[in-house]
Amino acid sequence: MNGAHDMGGMPGDGPVEIEQNAPLFHAAWERRAMALTVAMGAHGLWNVDMSRYARENRDPLGYLEDSYYERWLYGLEVLLEENGLVTREEIAARETELSREDV
Amino acid sequence: MARHDHGAPPSDTALRVKALESLLIEKGLVDPAALDALIDTYENKVGPRNGAAVVARAWSDPAYKARLMDDATAAIAELGFTGRQGEHMVAVENTPRVHNVVVCTLCSCYPWTVLGLPPVWYKASPYRARVVKEPREVLAEFGVTLPEEVEMRVWDSTAEIRYLVLPQRPAGSDGLDEAELAELVTRNSMIGTGLALIPGAARAKTEAAE
Repeated sequence: MNGAHDMGGMPGDGPVEIEQNAPLFHAAWERRAMALTVAMGAHGLWNVDMSRYARENRDPLGYLEDSYYERWLYGLEVLLEENGLVTREEIAARETELSREDV
Repeated sequence: MARHDHGAPPSDTALRVKALESLLIEKGLVDPAALDALIDTYENKVGPRNGAAVVARAWSDPAYKARLMDDATAAIAELGFTGRQGEHMVAVENTPRVHNVVVCTLCSCYPWTVLGLPPVWYKASPYRARVVKEPREVLAEFGVTLPEEVEMRVWDSTAEIRYLVLPQRPAGSDGLDEAELAELVTRNSMIGTGLALIPGAARAKTEAAE
């Protein structure tokens, strides 16, 4: 599949942005997104190729605008929905509940 | 093109993750303690120190080095480093004539068992797009300049095969034991975007590019 993720040799990029003393994660949610993805992968319902397809089979702009772990999150949500485990409606409803609690 | 491969995420992403985690816990699909353990593993236990131990052993023990070059997965497992994203390892050796660099142009394939999780730049478009086309320019951005006669070999990782660069043992490291040698092995030297440290060189300075 050719898509926005197929970046080798693509023109238009500037210098590599090398962050000094970079932390492994740049926000608390990135840790959770990584762990959720790895933990769900361990169930064996999908493999690494299916995970990548779920992350990459999307509109190019969405892929490019997402940060790395946002892409993981997008892919995880696709796989959860495809496997009938969690729907987008459930996620949206839970977000609403949680945001009410936070207020 | 708007690209933000790192930096402050929109706050609704945090909420989205929280919602997803709470649903997955409620459905019994994930265990919160297991999530904490995974985070602890990748933040504190698996990382470039594993790879540095492999490199230091290879520098010290020619028989081990031969096994590493022949079957890296098995040789790395000898030191106890096994697991996901490191099932099929290949070691590539830097010499005075050949310099190896590793990338994953399609995503972020990286040898987790020896290097941990990849840095942001490895996953971002400038490195992925450019290192296959202009490796010398990219290396210069990391502060590495190699003589023209050195052949550059860029290895594009796949979902299956993950590469570990065996950097050249630096001059002045004779007589150092494995633990001392491992201190000279930076993460970037095992990706190919850096060189091993020279003994006595200011470590802080060289680590700046990490």
